[in-house]
Amino acid sequence: MLGKTAGGLFWMFRYLERCENNARLIDAGFRIALTRSATAKSEWKSILTTAGSLADYDDRHDDYSSAEVVDFMLRDPTNPSSVISTMKQARDNARLVRTALTREVWEATNESWMTLKQILAAPVAEQDLPDVLASIRRMSAQVRGATAGTMLRNDVFNFIRLGTFIERADNTARILDVKYYLLLPSIAQVGSAIDVMQWETILRTVSAQRAYRWLNGAEISPSNIAEFLILYSKMPRSLIFCSQKISDNLGYLEQDYGVSLASHEAAKASTQRLRKASIDQIFDQGLHEFIQEFTAQNSRLAAQIEHDYRFLE
Amino acid sequence: MAIPWIAGFTFDLIYILRGFAIDFFDEMLGDSNGAQGASFREPFAAYGEWLDNEEPKRILKKSAQAEAFFRTTGITFNVYGEEDADERLIPFDVIPRIISASEWRRLSRGIEQRVRAINAFLHDIYHRQEILRAGRVPFELIANNEAFLPQMVGVNPPGGVYTHIVGTDIVRTGPDEFFVLEDNARTPSGVSYMLENRETMLQMFPELFSRIAVQQVSDYPTNLRRSLAASAPAACAGKPVVAVLTPGIHNSAYFEHSYLADQMGAELVEGHDLRVVDGRIAMRTTQGYTPIDVIYRRVDDEYLDPLNFNPDSMLGVPGIMDVYRSGGITIANAPGTGIADDKAIYSYMPDIVEFYTGEKPILNNVQTWRCSEPDQLQYVLDNLAELVVKEVHGSGGYGMLVGPAASKQEIEDFRAKLLENAANYIAQPTLALSTVPIFTEKGLAPRHVDLRPFVLVSPERIDITPGGLTRVAMTEGSLVVNSSQGGGTKDTWVLEE
Repeated sequence: MLGKTAGGLFWMFRYLERCENNARLIDAGFRIALTRSATAKSEWKSILTTAGSLADYDDRHDDYSSAEVVDFMLRDPTNPSSVISTMKQARDNARLVRTALTREVWEATNESWMTLKQILAAPVAEQDLPDVLASIRRMSAQVRGATAGTMLRNDVFNFIRLGTFIERADNTARILDVKYYLLLPSIAQVGSAIDVMQWETILRTVSAQRAYRWLNGAEISPSNIAEFLILYSKMPRSLIFCSQKISDNLGYLEQDYGVSLASHEAAKASTQRLRKASIDQIFDQGLHEFIQEFTAQNSRLAAQIEHDYRFLE
Repeated sequence: MAIPWIAGFTFDLIYILRGFAIDFFDEMLGDSNGAQGASFREPFAAYGEWLDNEEPKRILKKSAQAEAFFRTTGITFNVYGEEDADERLIPFDVIPRIISASEWRRLSRGIEQRVRAINAFLHDIYHRQEILRAGRVPFELIANNEAFLPQMVGVNPPGGVYTHIVGTDIVRTGPDEFFVLEDNARTPSGVSYMLENRETMLQMFPELFSRIAVQQVSDYPTNLRRSLAASAPAACAGKPVVAVLTPGIHNSAYFEHSYLADQMGAELVEGHDLRVVDGRIAMRTTQGYTPIDVIYRRVDDEYLDPLNFNPDSMLGVPGIMDVYRSGGITIANAPGTGIADDKAIYSYMPDIVEFYTGEKPILNNVQTWRCSEPDQLQYVLDNLAELVVKEVHGSGGYGMLVGPAASKQEIEDFRAKLLENAANYIAQPTLALSTVPIFTEKGLAPRHVDLRPFVLVSPERIDITPGGLTRVAMTEGSLVVNSSQGGGTKDTWVLEE
C-alpha cells in the first residue's frame, strides 16, 4: 500500500472521529446552557478549550453566547475543528484514498458530506439543534457500520483503526484534562447538586451515562468516573481501551509486514503502564500530570506511526 | 407517441444561426427534424417501440434517480478558476444514442487506420522524419511546434507504442457522413463516463437490455490493464506493476483517475509518491520503495519531469525522462505525442494516413483553413460570420469563435485577435452536427452531439470499445458539447450484428 494512502485512511478516520466528538461536546454544552444559564458561559468556555478552539474563538468573538459558540463549532468554515470543516477534511481524505475503500464506505462518507452541507447551509435554530446533532451522530455511525461490514481486515483496516483510536484517546484525555479539577478526591466530600450535574456532563460528552449506571448504579462519584474513563478496559472510549486497540492494530501490521518498528514498542509500553496503574496511584501522582503525560505520549505515538509507515516523504 | 416532440426547435435554431438555413440530420428520426408522426430510423426502431409505450412521468422519475446516483457515487468534475472549486455533475440524458453494427464497422475501421497512421507518424517524426523529407508535411510546422519534444528524438518507447490510449472525436452530418474532428492522442478523458453511463442505464432500464442486443463496454478497464501491461519495459521482472499518475484531488478529472485505478487494480499515485531508485521509478509504500513498470499518466508533458521540462512543476517526478530513455519505465501515452493531435497538424492528417498506410483515409477530416497561410487567412477573414475559428493549441471549447452564433461586436473583437497572431488559429465550416433527442420535462427535443470512441493500442493489437462517450450540447441550438461549457452526456449503444 502507498504510504500516502495509509496516511489518508488514518486522517480520514481521525477527522470522522473528531467530527463526532465535536457534535457530542456541543450536545453537552447545550444541555448545561439550557439547565444552568448562570454557569453557561464558563461551560461553553471549557467546551471550546476541550475542542482546542478557544484561541480561534476568542479571535473572532467577544461573548460566549450559546448561539455564537454553537454556530462556531458547527458551521464556521474558518474554524478547522468545526463539524463542517472536519467532515470536509474526512471526505477530502476519502477522495484521496477512494481506491482503498469499498463502495459502501465511500458512499456513506460522500452522502454524509452532502447531507451535512445542506443541513448546515444556514444557522441552526435552537429548536432544531437536537435533530441536527442526532443526524451527525447517525452519519458517523453509518460510515463506521459500512467500514465494519464491508472492509477487508488487512493493513487498510489497521490504519483506519489506528486513526480512530489515536483521535478518540486524545479526545477523552482532553475532556479529562479540562475537567480534572471536578474529579479530584477533595471534591467528593462536597458533592453539591452542581457537582453532580457537572459529573453527568462529563459522562455525556463521551455518551456513557447509561454505561456508567450499568456499572455503578445511581451512585455517581468522581473517582469512579475517572476510573471509568481511564482504566475501565470494556469502555470503548476509555484511555486503556483506545491504547489496547492501538497496540492490537500495530501488532497486526507487525505480523503482516514481518517487521517490528519503534511505534510498536511505544504503544506496547503505553498499554502496559495503563494496565498496571490503579486509580489511587493516579490520584497520588496527580491526575492533571497523568493526563498531560498521556496526551503528549499519544501525539508522539501518532508522529511515530506517520514516520514508520511513510505517510509523507 | 406518448412523449411529445417539442415543436419550433428548427425555427429557433435557424433564428440563432441568423439566416443560415441548415438542415440537421437527426439520428433518431432522420431528416424529419421532430415532425409529429415521424418514424424511427432503423437503429432506433426497437428502442422507439419501447419509448412509444412509456409514460413520460416514469422516465422523468428515472432521470432524477440517475442524477442522485451520479451524486452519491461522486461522478463529478471540478471546474478550473471557479471560486468555490466545487464539484459539478455532468448532466446525463436518459435517451441513448444508438449506432448500428454496420455503421460501427465502418467507423472502427476508419479509426483504427488513423490510429495506426498516428503511431507510425510519431515514430517517424522522432526518428528519420521521412514525411518531412518527402515534403508532405512542412518542416517548420514541426520545428516550431511546442508539442514537439526534442527529448524524444531517437527514443524507442517499449513495444513501439506511442499512443496507448486515444479518444478520437467524431462528428456526423448525415446518414453516411462521419468526420474526425480531433484525434486526442495525449491524455484523452471521459472514459469513466462511458462506463458509468452504461452502468446507470443498466440499473434504470434493465428491460431494455433484455429486448435489445447492445455490445458490452464494461471490459474496457480489463483491456486497458492488459494493453498497458503488454507494453511493459524490458526492465520489468514478473507481473507488470501499473500505476495511474494523477495531478491530485483538485484536478478536474480526478474522479476518472481514481475510478480507472480502482477498476484496473492499479495504484493511484501523485508525483510526490514517486522517485528514482536504482534507475527505476519507485513508489513510496508503507514498507519502502517498490518499482513501477508502467505509468498511465494523466499529467501533461510539460509537468511530467521538472528536471527535463517545466522546472516549477510539483506534479511530476524529477528524472523520470532519464529513466524512460534508458528503458526503465513505460509512460502511457509517450511524451511528445501531442505533435500528432496538434490542430495545425490536423489539416495534414489525410496525407499522413496515406503516407504511412498506403490507403485512402476511410474517415474524412473536416475541411480546415490554416490561418498561417496568407490566402487561407484571407478567406477566413472574409467569412468569419460563417466559420468556427479555433486556437491551434486550445482545448475544452475555450477561446473559440462560432461565427454564426456570434454578435457583430464579437466577430470584430475576434478579428483583431486573429490578425495579431494568425498562425495561432485554424478555421472550419460551421458543421451541421447531427442531433439526437434529449428528454426534457416537456418532451423530446433534439440536441447536437459528437462521439468520442476510446482506442487502446498495444504492441500486438488495437482495441476499440464499441460505443464511446456521446457528448450532447444541452442548450437549445448550441454546437458546443464540452463539459466545461455546459455539455452533457448520453449512453452510446452499438447494436450487435
